[in-house]
Formats: sequence, C-alpha cells, structure tokens
Amino acid sequence: MKPSPFAYTKPSSLDQVFELLAAHGEGAKLLAGGQSLIPTLNLRLSSPSLLIDINGLGQLSGIAVKGETIHIGALTRHSAVERSPEIARHLPLVAQAVRHIGHAAIRNRGTFGGSLAFADPAAELPACTVALGATLILASRAGRRRVAARNFFQGLYATDLQAGEILLGAEFPVQASGYRSHFAELARRHGDYAMVGLAAHGRVSGEKLSDLRLVFFGVGTKPVMAVSAARVLETQAVTNASIAGATAALADDLDPPADLNGSGATKLHLARVLLGRVVQAMLSENA
Amino acid sequence: METTIEITLTVNGERLTRRVAARQHLVDFLRDELELTGSHAGCEHGVCGACTLRVDGEIVRGCLMLAVQADGARVDTIEGLSDSGEIVELQRAFVERNALQCGFCTPGMLIAAADLVARKPAATREEIREHLSGNFCRCTGYHAIVDAVETACRARAGRKK
Repeated sequence: MKPSPFAYTKPSSLDQVFELLAAHGEGAKLLAGGQSLIPTLNLRLSSPSLLIDINGLGQLSGIAVKGETIHIGALTRHSAVERSPEIARHLPLVAQAVRHIGHAAIRNRGTFGGSLAFADPAAELPACTVALGATLILASRAGRRRVAARNFFQGLYATDLQAGEILLGAEFPVQASGYRSHFAELARRHGDYAMVGLAAHGRVSGEKLSDLRLVFFGVGTKPVMAVSAARVLETQAVTNASIAGATAALADDLDPPADLNGSGATKLHLARVLLGRVVQAMLSENA
Repeated sequence: METTIEITLTVNGERLTRRVAARQHLVDFLRDELELTGSHAGCEHGVCGACTLRVDGEIVRGCLMLAVQADGARVDTIEGLSDSGEIVELQRAFVERNALQCGFCTPGMLIAAADLVARKPAATREEIREHLSGNFCRCTGYHAIVDAVETACRARAGRKK
C-alpha cells in the first residue's frame, strides 16, 4: 500500500528539529532509517502530517571510542556497526546481534538509534543496551539528559523519550577484561523478528560466572532481565546441574505471552533452550 | 510545509531533476515517472525484496525509501546494471541453472546477489542463503538460485587469484 499524504522537511540542525517538533507536536514523526516507520506508513497504521527527515544531521552518525567508553551515534546505520572493527573489539555482543537485524538491504538504511527509539519488544539492540549497561543520551530544547538503558524501555513501543525530545546516541563501557558476552536468537527465517532472543554479558573465570546479565527479548513488552536464573548460575561453578537449575528458575523471571509463534509455554521452553546454549558458549569461549 | 519537493539525482548514470510527492516511494518514482519498470513492487512493506535497488553503492529496499530521500543520491536499477554488463555472469548463471521461472523476484535477486559477489566472492552456500534471505521467490524453491549465485561467486573468486 501507499502512505497517506504528508509534508516533508529535512532540517540541517538540531535546533531546527526542536522547533519543528514544538510547532507540529504529535502530527510530526522523525524519519531516520525508516525501516520500521515507512512500513507502518505504507500499511497506514500511522499517518503523520509531517515527516522530519533527520538524515541531514551528520553529527548524529558515527562510532567513537573515548578512553573506556564507546559512543554510537543514533544515525549510525546497522551496516556501519556490523563492519566496525571498534565494535567487534569493544562490544562483541553488539557485533553478534546486529547481524540478526533484518537483511543486508535493511541494515544499509536502518539506524542504531531508530531501533532503540522504536523499542520493538522483539528487537535485538534494546536488549543489548540493557545487558551492557549502556546510557542513552537524549536532547530537547531544554538541554541534554542521560538515561540508563534499563530505565529507558518502559513497555510496548514505549520509552522514556518525551515530546520534543530526540535520541542522540548511546554510550557503552568498553568490554572489560575477563568479561564475555554471547548473543543468540531463534527465528523461523534469518532476518525475521525473533521468537525468543537472549543477550548475555558477564564475568567468566574458569567455570565461574559473576556479574551476569541475562536479557531476554521477544518474551514480553520490553527487554526482560532474568535475575533468578542469573543468581543460580552465579552461586556455583557452572555444571549441567546448575544450568538445569537456572533454566528451571527462568519460570520466575519470564512469563511470555502467546503470539503467532506459539504459546507462552512454548516460548518459555525456547528461552530455556537458548539459555543453555548461551551459557555453554560463554564458557567454551573461555577455553 | 511542502507535500511536493524538487529533487536532483543520478539514475543509472543520468542526472535528472523532478518534482515528487513526499509520500512517493523511490521504487514507484522509478517505475511510474521514469518508466524503469525492472524494479518490482511486491509486498510494499519491506519483506519480499522484489524492489531491491542500489543507492550510493549500497543495496536498499525501494519501498522503504522515499523518492525525496534520494535527492543528491546515485541510484542504480536492474536496467543500469544490465546495460553496463556488470552482472552479465550472474545473469548467465541464472539462465544456465534455471534460477527463475516467473521472473518477478529476479531483478531484486540479481541486485542483492551482485552485492555479495562483489563483496564476498568466497561466500559459502550458507552465507549465500543468508544474504538472499530477504528476497522471496515463490516459484523456484531457492536451490537453483543459490546454485547460480555460487557459480558467479566462484567465477569471480577464480579471477581474483
């Protein structure tokens, strides 16, 4: 289908974006990569009166390492993240995850910030930012503010972004020595939205895991941290028995709603399968 | 605020200026305004890959990009890639391997495959499948398409040595 008519403008500064957002309010939508927005326009699930194309704001694009932090600009394309040696070295979890986003043609347009701001519950990057303890940087006329990723995602397509506010980028601590991460998801076809996915990050020493963050996606309205399962894994050396204990404990962490992919029980089963695979992978990378 | 905008872009090497509706997809602009009907509009929400184009050297979905966003860009369609001879080996392999039946998906398949042949001619069959996972074919069952792309990849890799 074709979108309903709208006006279009392409500002060249953030101040212009703030002015446009203030003047047009709810009727205006920001256009970044457009790989989620344009389908919703085509299907007429959304019919804004104005698209504000932010692709002219070059300062929002790029990857920069500064000391112990790495910054990814909101307009950075998924393909740029995928090809970045800095991301491969400092954020291996993100490097693994980004390959699962759509297909090559989608990754060439879709943006890092767009994926976070859209906050699809089955999207890869929101879970990664929560697992890695990223900080999101937001800006409005009133100035900038920083929000921890775990507080940014609030529900189904709902974030802490306020009216008149725009996401500038995300800041991550570079992966510390002794830490490992692993990403896995189950989808019917490569590039489809995940039925269930897991972004895991933690400290590995021998057979012990600590400071472990297990963030599932596709199992609720937003990324879900599996605290009980992580606690089981952290309190003892990892064995088949402790993995079985952790997968059992997952029932305390997740209560996945049924969707087109299956019942809640099926999704919980798949989450358990992923947890076992990911923990094994984190330990075997250590060998 | 304007609902039509003047854009200047380069399509298959030819620079041109047109006024377009803000809501017009790039693929519809190419098909309806420029009569370049080789790019096909299938699902129109980014799933099927029939509208795959090249913008500034990178493959994109023509239904998930607005024509107005191509202002200043270099756009290459299947017509341009065919005329330049850039994908002649792929086209030949598609014919030899029977990698098309109705042909609706073929322009998008060829552009997506050309991207892989150029970037990663050593791609395994698994990688070829992954790269083409965003292009749907409802006739062939993909096996012959993967065969054809593999043939073209091996030919390119052989020449690089």
